[in-house]
Amino acid sequence: MPLKLSWRVAWHRSHLVLIGFGLMLAPLSLGAQKNSCRECHLELDEALKAPVEGLAVDVHQQFGLGCQDCHGGNPARDEVELAKDRTFRGSPERAKIPEFCGSCHSDSDYMKRFNPNLRVDQLTLYWTSRHGQALKKGDPNAAVCTDCHGVHGIERANFPKSRVFPWNIPETCGRCHSDPDRMKLYGLPSTPVDDYNQSVHARALFEKKDLSAPVCNDCHGNHGATPPEVASIAFVCRQCHPSAGDLFSKGPHKEAYDSLGISECEACHGNHKILSPSDELLAGGREDVCLQCHDSGTEPHKTGLKIKSLIENYVAATETVEALLLRAERKGVDVAEAKYKLQDATTALVLARNLTHGLSQAEIETALGEGEKVLAELKASGEAALREARFRRSGLVIATLFIVLLAIALYLKVRDLGKRGRPSE
Amino acid sequence: MSRWKEKTLAYLEPRFKISAIRDFASKKKVPEHKHSFWYFFGGICLFLFVIQVLTGILLLLYYTPSVDAAHESVQFIMSQVKFGWLIRSVHSWTANILIGVIFVHMFSAFFLKAYRPPRELTWITGFLLLLIFLAFGFSGYLLPWNELSFFATRVGTDIAGVIPLVGKAVKTFMLGGPEVSGATLTRFFWLHVAVLPAFALGIVGIHILLVQTLGMSKPIGIGETKEISFFPDFILKDALGWLIILAVVGAVCVFLPWETGPKANPYASTPLGIKPEWYFTFMFTTLKLVPAHIFTIEGEVLAVLGFLLGGLFLMLVPFLDRRAAREKKSPVFTAIGVAVALYIVIMTALTYLAPDIGK
Repeated sequence: MPLKLSWRVAWHRSHLVLIGFGLMLAPLSLGAQKNSCRECHLELDEALKAPVEGLAVDVHQQFGLGCQDCHGGNPARDEVELAKDRTFRGSPERAKIPEFCGSCHSDSDYMKRFNPNLRVDQLTLYWTSRHGQALKKGDPNAAVCTDCHGVHGIERANFPKSRVFPWNIPETCGRCHSDPDRMKLYGLPSTPVDDYNQSVHARALFEKKDLSAPVCNDCHGNHGATPPEVASIAFVCRQCHPSAGDLFSKGPHKEAYDSLGISECEACHGNHKILSPSDELLAGGREDVCLQCHDSGTEPHKTGLKIKSLIENYVAATETVEALLLRAERKGVDVAEAKYKLQDATTALVLARNLTHGLSQAEIETALGEGEKVLAELKASGEAALREARFRRSGLVIATLFIVLLAIALYLKVRDLGKRGRPSE
Repeated sequence: MSRWKEKTLAYLEPRFKISAIRDFASKKKVPEHKHSFWYFFGGICLFLFVIQVLTGILLLLYYTPSVDAAHESVQFIMSQVKFGWLIRSVHSWTANILIGVIFVHMFSAFFLKAYRPPRELTWITGFLLLLIFLAFGFSGYLLPWNELSFFATRVGTDIAGVIPLVGKAVKTFMLGGPEVSGATLTRFFWLHVAVLPAFALGIVGIHILLVQTLGMSKPIGIGETKEISFFPDFILKDALGWLIILAVVGAVCVFLPWETGPKANPYASTPLGIKPEWYFTFMFTTLKLVPAHIFTIEGEVLAVLGFLLGGLFLMLVPFLDRRAAREKKSPVFTAIGVAVALYIVIMTALTYLAPDIGK
């Protein structure tokens, strides 16, 4: 018998089903946060779509921040007018970007909710930098936060793809500093990054992947970027080369440089294009840097020549010993221990080369003297190894001769036995 | 005969039955035919084995089996000990030559069907000696504790770990733990200087005893032949071979002394192109070439099983080759032998000529 319901009962029952279904879906709708910014921008042209796409890898998004946290507005609303409510701030003017970012990044209470280790003095430092000062003066080209860090898609500084990861920094700075037209406005050269890329520091960074090698910000600072002055260059270099710095401070050049206002390390080694130092920089060398201040034939230049000659003689003695050990090794004698000890002689050379920063001939002679003792020992070892090689070869000749004679005797005996015909045959 | 010699013999006779040994020796004959050249390889193996024992004993004077001192002690032997370089180089070179000569000796005995009754046990003891000397080579390679030997041992024990059912247990037992470590060095030393020599001496003794009592096997189809006496004719000819080997080993040791190499660093990454000693390379290259899966079974497992079965087949060949046992030619077994020899030669050559194969 078919079930008959009045239209009124059916109407009520259908309402109950709808309410039940709605209650089931309620938790789902609460879990998914609405983001009308994303929804609309993804449907706009490329330029307006880019922020949403970039945000996918953005560190802010990883910490749970959304569009409204920087730009304000209400992403829960669909209508543009309602989404862009009173709190909507939109995109800041270029000149206001530092304050815009700084409103959070300078707020220690706010920042420690995400990363208590992160510094909060970036904005303060920025205003001390050349970039910040230029911006204050109303320079529209002055670099702001987004020029170095990007806008949407800002990655953590220690993420290798980040614009401010060590091996990306030269390129990041080079975006402006390698642009001749832009640099011309400030009377600055556009070659620092190209120069840096040829330097020993760049080689360490890019070839050896040594992340401790200095890049632009290690000498110039990052948020407080400024060119080091003559007086401070030496302190910048001393961060990694304290020994050379100490020697220089004790040497005769320190006072003279200070009184003449010459920058210390840079005077001989240059700044961005710091090449691997060689003995050719010393007096009499192909790139004699002493001639910048001392004429050839003067007493200081003669001292320089003596120092170079000491080092050159030592290098020649080391090469002789190396060749000797190599010869012995090729002849099959084990010289591993001597080769290991050769490191002591090399250490003495490294020490002496470093001592050239202090220009004390006596100290250089002492350091090389220690190395010469090692070289003398190694030379004796190398010669003994060659004697051993000769001994082995003559021993082999005598032993082989003896074995051959014995073999001939045996052969004759065997032949004799065969000829005589043993009774066993 | 001098008076003192007579007295000495008179003293020894009732104690050692010298006359019986002399009588046996004088009557012992060796057949001479177109294949008798291959008989000399057994004597060369014995000669090289004696060199191994003597030089090994001398190396023990200075070698220290510990992670901290093994490499240093070998370095010391090579550079500071008088003639240490010679002793170690002779030990290492002759070890390699010995394994090569054992292969030649084994294949010559195989092709001449010298395993025919009643020499089945001579063949089996010979096959066991091949395994023992391969184990000598494998264990001795690690003892200098250098980079190459360390990583080659890792590769070698990984292969052992693939053996179905017992592989993991065998690997752990060999290594003395999950990785190549000081415990592995101690075990390999124990194996190299105590266990293997004891087995080798025993089995070499049985092998020689069997050769002496049963005599040399004549190939199938060789009828009555000329015979020469074992003492002194055959021994003198054999000694001529020993002298040639000795001269070659001497020259090689002077011009190419065995390298010590850099000390092993367990934390370093495996150097490129690492491979085991040459006599294991045919297995190594096979494992590189074998597909990952063959009929749902892991290729490596199947290859290792294949080697084990191949070894078993080789050991039991005297009982399988029934035609040879009836003094009839057995071309099937000759063909199998040729295939196995070619396989070993080609795979070994590929390891060195095409090192990137199978990568």
